[in-house]
Amino acid sequence: MKFLCVECDQQMAFAERALPGDGTLAATFKCPTCGRVVAMLTNPMETQLVASLGVEIGGRTVPAEPFEMVRTFVTDGRPDGQTATPSWSVDAQERLARVPSFVRGMVKRIYADYAKERGITEITPAIMDTARAELGLEGM
Amino acid sequence: MRTYHQLTDPDRSGLGDQIGAQRKRVAERLAAVRRIVAVMSGKGGVGKSYVTAHLARALARGGRGVGVLDADLNGPTIPGLLQVPHTAQPPAIGLDGVKCISMGHFLDEGAPLAFKGPAAESFVWRGAMEASALREFLGDVEWGSLDVLLLDLPPGMQRYSELCDILGNAPAVLTVTIPTPESRDAVRRAMRAAVEHGSELLGIVENMVGGELKGSAGDDLAAEFGTPVVARVPWHPTPETWNRLAAQL
Repeated sequence: MKFLCVECDQQMAFAERALPGDGTLAATFKCPTCGRVVAMLTNPMETQLVASLGVEIGGRTVPAEPFEMVRTFVTDGRPDGQTATPSWSVDAQERLARVPSFVRGMVKRIYADYAKERGITEITPAIMDTARAELGLEGM
Repeated sequence: MRTYHQLTDPDRSGLGDQIGAQRKRVAERLAAVRRIVAVMSGKGGVGKSYVTAHLARALARGGRGVGVLDADLNGPTIPGLLQVPHTAQPPAIGLDGVKCISMGHFLDEGAPLAFKGPAAESFVWRGAMEASALREFLGDVEWGSLDVLLLDLPPGMQRYSELCDILGNAPAVLTVTIPTPESRDAVRRAMRAAVEHGSELLGIVENMVGGELKGSAGDDLAAEFGTPVVARVPWHPTPETWNRLAAQL
């Protein structure tokens, strides 16, 4: 995979790989001529496909550990994609506490289901923002 | 717009090189294995794992270094047949000194195989995960020097095809059937696929002979593919049954 800065007609250089949350893999590339930076974002399924091949975007910095994929991805018997109930960060708990009590349980369950479906292990305010935008939950 | 190959700076991800490194790791690990034999059928319930485990034990009793790779990731039975605790670290040492690796080593007792990941459309990535697990089993187990590595395949041909890809060549095949015509027809398809991939056919083991199951699947397939029936295994085989089979491999 290579990225071309069309304006400079120059191959962009890989800069950074990150996992910002909700199953997204972000790989940033920078044009060595004009400095423009772009980020390639994969959806959770694409991220999973890359991981299932045992390869890393941007190249490996350390050799693979024995049984790395199996030890990382095989669960303790839950169906595919269903992880344990996600935890809540302190910030997210504080934000949840501001939701009116009569709907708090429902809102909590919506965010938890959103996280579980995407393999997210910790719910943070950023995850809540993303979920709210994706699910149309403005105001929750 | 320029093409990929017109951009001459290296692709730092080097995904092709990473895949190549994985293949090299498998090849290096298996360099000390004299022979790889896939035990397959194409039909479920014919006793592939049972034959694999007892053949492995007979080979080991005969003084050979033997390993078993349980490629039935969703229904691992080799640890039970070789009496290896499911908590044992791979390669575990089973009855008669047979080494083994199985998905059973990584699962809680009785738990089905499942992967972490996005729940939606998991069928898209599950096959790739299973192939990757198989690659790790081949490339990451420190088998040491082995005379024979037996690959216990699940029903169907998908795992066999994956093995051919990962190994870079088609392994020799020992086919297991039961006497019935239904088994014969299913096993025939698997044997044809094996021949098309270039596998050497070592022979046919006809299992569960002498009971209620009627038919001549072993002889029919032997005649059709020009390969011998190397064993007819009764319902209650003795160690000598397996020793005779081992002597032919």
